[in-house]
Amino acid sequence: MGSKKKAAPFNGTPEQEKQLKEVIASLKDEQGCLMPIMQKAQDIYGYLPIEVQTMIAEGTGIPLEKIYGVATFYAQFSLYPKGKYRISVCLGTACYVKGAGDLYEKLIEKLGIQGGECTADGKFSLEACRCIGACGLAPVLTVNEDVYGRLTPDMLDDILAKYN
Amino acid sequence: MKTLEELNVVKAKMEGEVALRTHGNASSKYERHVLVCGGTGCTSSGSMKIIDALEREISANGLTEKVQIVKTGCFGLCALGPIMIVYPEGTFYSMVTEDRIARIVKEHFVEGNPVKEYLYNETVDGDEIKALDDTAFYKKQHRVALRNCGVINPECIDEYIGRGGYEALGKALKEMSQDEVIQTILDSGLRGRGGGGFPTGMKWKLAKNIVKEGQKYVACNADEGDPGAFMDRSVLEGDPHVVLEAMAIAGYAIGADQGYIYVRAEYPIAVERLEIAIKQAREKGLLGKNIFGTDFSFDIGLRLGAGAFVCGEETALMTSIEGNRGEPRPRPPFPAEKGLFGKPTLLNNVETYANIPQIILNGADWFTSMGTEKSRGTKVFAVGGKINNTGLVEIPMGTTLRTVIEEIGGGIPNGKKFKAAQTGGPSGGCIPAEHLDIPIDYDNLISIGSMMGSGGLIVMDEDNCMVDIAKFFLEFTVDESCGKCTPCRVGTRRLLEILDKITKGQGTLEDIDKLEELCYYIKANALCGLGQTAPNPVLSTLKYFRHEYIAHVVDKKCEAGVCRDLLSYEIVKDNCIGCGVCAKQCPANAITRTDYIAPGKKLAAMEIDKEKCVKCGACVGVCKPGAIIKK
Repeated sequence: MGSKKKAAPFNGTPEQEKQLKEVIASLKDEQGCLMPIMQKAQDIYGYLPIEVQTMIAEGTGIPLEKIYGVATFYAQFSLYPKGKYRISVCLGTACYVKGAGDLYEKLIEKLGIQGGECTADGKFSLEACRCIGACGLAPVLTVNEDVYGRLTPDMLDDILAKYN
Repeated sequence: MKTLEELNVVKAKMEGEVALRTHGNASSKYERHVLVCGGTGCTSSGSMKIIDALEREISANGLTEKVQIVKTGCFGLCALGPIMIVYPEGTFYSMVTEDRIARIVKEHFVEGNPVKEYLYNETVDGDEIKALDDTAFYKKQHRVALRNCGVINPECIDEYIGRGGYEALGKALKEMSQDEVIQTILDSGLRGRGGGGFPTGMKWKLAKNIVKEGQKYVACNADEGDPGAFMDRSVLEGDPHVVLEAMAIAGYAIGADQGYIYVRAEYPIAVERLEIAIKQAREKGLLGKNIFGTDFSFDIGLRLGAGAFVCGEETALMTSIEGNRGEPRPRPPFPAEKGLFGKPTLLNNVETYANIPQIILNGADWFTSMGTEKSRGTKVFAVGGKINNTGLVEIPMGTTLRTVIEEIGGGIPNGKKFKAAQTGGPSGGCIPAEHLDIPIDYDNLISIGSMMGSGGLIVMDEDNCMVDIAKFFLEFTVDESCGKCTPCRVGTRRLLEILDKITKGQGTLEDIDKLEELCYYIKANALCGLGQTAPNPVLSTLKYFRHEYIAHVVDKKCEAGVCRDLLSYEIVKDNCIGCGVCAKQCPANAITRTDYIAPGKKLAAMEIDKEKCVKCGACVGVCKPGAIIKK
């Protein structure tokens, strides 16, 4: 999947770099600090491009290849920027048996992007996730922090329209 | 807190308050408590707005001194959210909306008459209103792990103490030796609730005795990865202190002073409540140095997962806490000998911990009085899928699946027929109707080709294709395989390819044999529990639903109408009114008009050219008389 995506040029700000350095300084002496640092770094930048990984490597003394290895292992770390509105369709079992697969396909069609990609205008990105635990409302999708449940494919237009 | 007396002072103050919510001997300073669910399900349905509206209306009616609003954790009946319960009556308002609040506050809280039409319909029987506990959903449940969920405010440690919280820790530290604590857990027969069902007391004993001295750790597996299971999340959201208390007891028992909770980052509310709980426990001295004035010190750190299913496996989880790729490592050495950061480590899951304080307080005999001989106590199931009452259910072990699905779960919606219940997530299997009367426990589920797992229970009806379900789980496993060992990394991919072929109508009978053979190979050779159980969804569907596989392969038919390549759409001409909307909708121009005018209709009927049809189903959605059928 990775090969399809285009990397946007990195444009981190000095403030972001300052924040990251503070995070590294406050955590780096703890046992097993790498993941908490990377999680905070992703909060700051929105994603973990190689430039950010390099800064973490320099700040902590942990080899870059190890950081890259961790970044590519976990689904939550993204090497690519995400959309302004991150649409995430739950494909957990409860949602799947209630038709979440159809929702996901309809969104691929409507947005014209594959899962893991971002629309050209940077507005929407689409991904599948594994169970957010709102199984009682299945099928469920989230747009950033908003949760939409008990969905049918014909409700998708109204949801997308809210963010347009 | 330096003494048990201090704890008792807080308890005495809060006991009467929380007892109002359990029909106990209540002495609350409020007339009413309004409990609104603040769990993930109800928050998603908008319960925070309900709380805002309640605050507004209660203050507008001058009831601030009389009615207390409590944001609780999950009540379990997520499908009916947002849920609001009013005590002391225990009246149950379901699917509450903001615009209903003004009327409820006025009629119920001011005038004393519950608004019947807004109550959960099952609780209204003519003039009589049943309390929450008397509904079919709750009546057969027995809440041990979930005893505080939906009862207390999880962000208030005093409410937890009011329900007897931290008393078990006090009892363990002051009155029991390490070995007595471990013996109690052993005698209780408690088995790990995260999947494997290993005797918990045995784990504790090993962690205490294999290595006697030096740094040890206690860890909590809150990386609830089985899609469809959310009991651990509900405990963390609804009763986070029970986990902290149990971990401290475990720390005392094995001689550890540091604990870690590894929780999924996908559970933001749970993470927040844990952070609050840890802070409050530290402030009260229930975590930290010299707890209850003893020599015992214990603290807990939070570690967030980052979305890798395999990290629910114990060795992978510890590798991840250490800051590495979450790959499992071979056992032995077991964590009790060499775990986190190379030190002896005790790891239990959330629901297991949630049972501990009650066992310490009430004794092993109390716990063994519930459940079956080899599976004591209760188990929480997250019931979902094609069932009326989706939600969390805690039942004594040995309850039958039929009771859970038909009585507590309220059966299958829309008059559909039950096909299978899936337990154990991607490591489990599908249980067919013929085994519905089996009492649920660890060993029975394994004997019928499934497993307890963490307690996800997904109900499927006749519209679900079992080959498609097996494929769904394999897609999951392929995606989540960490890649360390070949049987899992390559084997599951091959399984998925064969399943894909079958669902496309290109499979052969030989493929089914190959599928089965490969399953056994993977089971025998994969490195960790996840790889070894990955073929279970395939094996169990092959065992009970082989006819569906054969129908896909030989007849090229998918009975459930799920596998698109095997479907065909047809217009029942006698039902067609000839409006032609379907033809306009068809992206492949596959629908044309015939010469046939059905009796009583004005226009000639339409028909689908099966060669041109791309099976998108667009026509079905627009056909008003429902004349288009899927075969």
